Amino acid sequence: AGDGSAPQASAAEDGGQPAPERVLFPPTFSVSEIKNKQRRHFMFLRWKQQQRKEKLAAKKKRRKEREALGDKAPPKAIPKTIENQRVYDETTVDPNDEEVAFDEATDEFAPYFNRQTVPKILITTSDRPRGRTVRFCEQLSTVIPNSHVYYRRGLALKRIIPQCIARDFTDLIVINEDRKIPNGLVLSHLPDGPTAHFRLSSVRLRKEIKRKGKEPTEHAPEVILNNFTTRLGHSIGRMFASLFPHDPQFIGRQVATFHNQRDYIFFRFHRYIFKSEKKVGIQELGPRFTLKLRSLQKGTFDSKFGEYEWIHKRREMDTSRRKFHL
Amino acid sequence: QVVWDMLGNRQFCSYKITTKTQNFCRNEYNLTGLCNRSSCPLANSQYATIREEKGRCYLYMKAIERAPFPRRLWERVLLSKNYEKALEEIDENLIYWPRFIRHKCKQRFTKITQYLIRIRKLTLKRQRKLVPLRRKIERREKRREEKALIAAQLDNAIEKELLERLKQDTYGDIYNFPIHAFDKALQQQDAESESESDAEREDEDDEGTDKREFVEADDSDLSDFEDMDKLETSTEEEQEEEEEVETKASHSKSKGKTPLKGPARRKRAHIEIEYEEETEPASKTKAA
Repeated sequence: AGDGSAPQASAAEDGGQPAPERVLFPPTFSVSEIKNKQRRHFMFLRWKQQQRKEKLAAKKKRRKEREALGDKAPPKAIPKTIENQRVYDETTVDPNDEEVAFDEATDEFAPYFNRQTVPKILITTSDRPRGRTVRFCEQLSTVIPNSHVYYRRGLALKRIIPQCIARDFTDLIVINEDRKIPNGLVLSHLPDGPTAHFRLSSVRLRKEIKRKGKEPTEHAPEVILNNFTTRLGHSIGRMFASLFPHDPQFIGRQVATFHNQRDYIFFRFHRYIFKSEKKVGIQELGPRFTLKLRSLQKGTFDSKFGEYEWIHKRREMDTSRRKFHL
Repeated sequence: QVVWDMLGNRQFCSYKITTKTQNFCRNEYNLTGLCNRSSCPLANSQYATIREEKGRCYLYMKAIERAPFPRRLWERVLLSKNYEKALEEIDENLIYWPRFIRHKCKQRFTKITQYLIRIRKLTLKRQRKLVPLRRKIERREKRREEKALIAAQLDNAIEKELLERLKQDTYGDIYNFPIHAFDKALQQQDAESESESDAEREDEDDEGTDKREFVEADDSDLSDFEDMDKLETSTEEEQEEEEEVETKASHSKSKGKTPLKGPARRKRAHIEIEYEEETEPASKTKAA
């Protein structure tokens, strides 16, 4: 049987390659074919070590070549990151896009950006908030100027909303709580504006942040919005911007940052100081939290009949590691 | 009687639940919930209960004549929705029945209607919807968030953004770092016209006075030349000085960043400043 198989193997080799190479050592089975687990594991480790050695040798060689070439060496390859490899989203906004500019001029935030309305925020929670949530609400209200915290004792949201509109509130924030920690945030632009529902995570209250700063003052902070590239991200970014007064008071030297990275929006609140023209120092004060967008509704908060502009569908949207929507 | 002796307290009844203080009967036809001689549907041949199905109440009656036919054992009567009428119906159906059963039936009926009312009221109010967390997903999200945080490098990003804004002159005149503001003035006026360069020169002179004075003093110390030469050298130095400052400015200009490519949207209109690339100064002459 062995003899029979050997000529066959060589025949196959001859057929495949014009210049047959004699196998010098007995052909090894691939590591995964060994049935004995211990031995297989051992062989696998050995194989891995070999791979590593080869890789190291290759690296060294490359480095030597690069040094030898000196200035003429080809430029270093850029390492691949998730941001580099991001699946291109067709709704990415071009800075000079006319359609987007036109949309933005006529959407619900236009009055804010034309300075016709002054933002007035109402912050509330779900029923029976626990201590942590209450404190978080208070701190949020110090961060966002012109905001008020009201407790909700069993009032239905649908009934609060018309009352808020009557009292000239422009935005409504509801912080949902679960097991004594805040875990959800609903941000709704009031006169008939979009409602965004976020999942709130890693909330750090002011005393938990390692910093030595004092409390935020009453000055209107600046707003930094980073990395909101797609259309959806754009509208969310505008939503955040409309929370803060349009004219920041630079005397206060405070800045609120919403940084979007891989669909997570990080919120930070800092005080900055320019030490020189090229250096700035920042000191973190104020709470910090991260948001992840779950859904965006066109009208005000209405879970049954609302028209959803975007919902996060886990099955469809979480399939690729390099695809992000914001 | 016999049944009770057998099951009730002595031997095993599968419907019976014993707790520390009491015995309960799990039988669905039981009138009260307890396991007693008088409220055991198995032990009593004449028995009645109220049960409700889908919001409607029925009166179930058991008669001894039907004992051998278990399928037809329990007779069912639909009670009216009206509370009082239903009570009357119970009464007329259970006429001549023992008082205990009648009383307990009515009590049970009352309780049932009360909780039905409460159900209906609650469904109208907002109801808390419980969404189950999925452990795997939670873990995955947490992990991704951590990685995103590391990738974000927030502090650097914020600092960069603030510096960009400083460069873009959004802060106006609050921060005066001389060279920087001077850059702006320089470029704007270069772009516009040359006639204003005199004013510019004055600015330059003002900025460079310290240096110039220092330099002149140095020279005057070192050189023992005549006044003419001194004047010449001083004018030369002036020109050199200006060139020097200019070139230095241009040097820093060429190092300047291009307008930011971050978020396209801005809260205020900003001036797009074109940085001109100028050649690097050959050598900075240093007097003395």
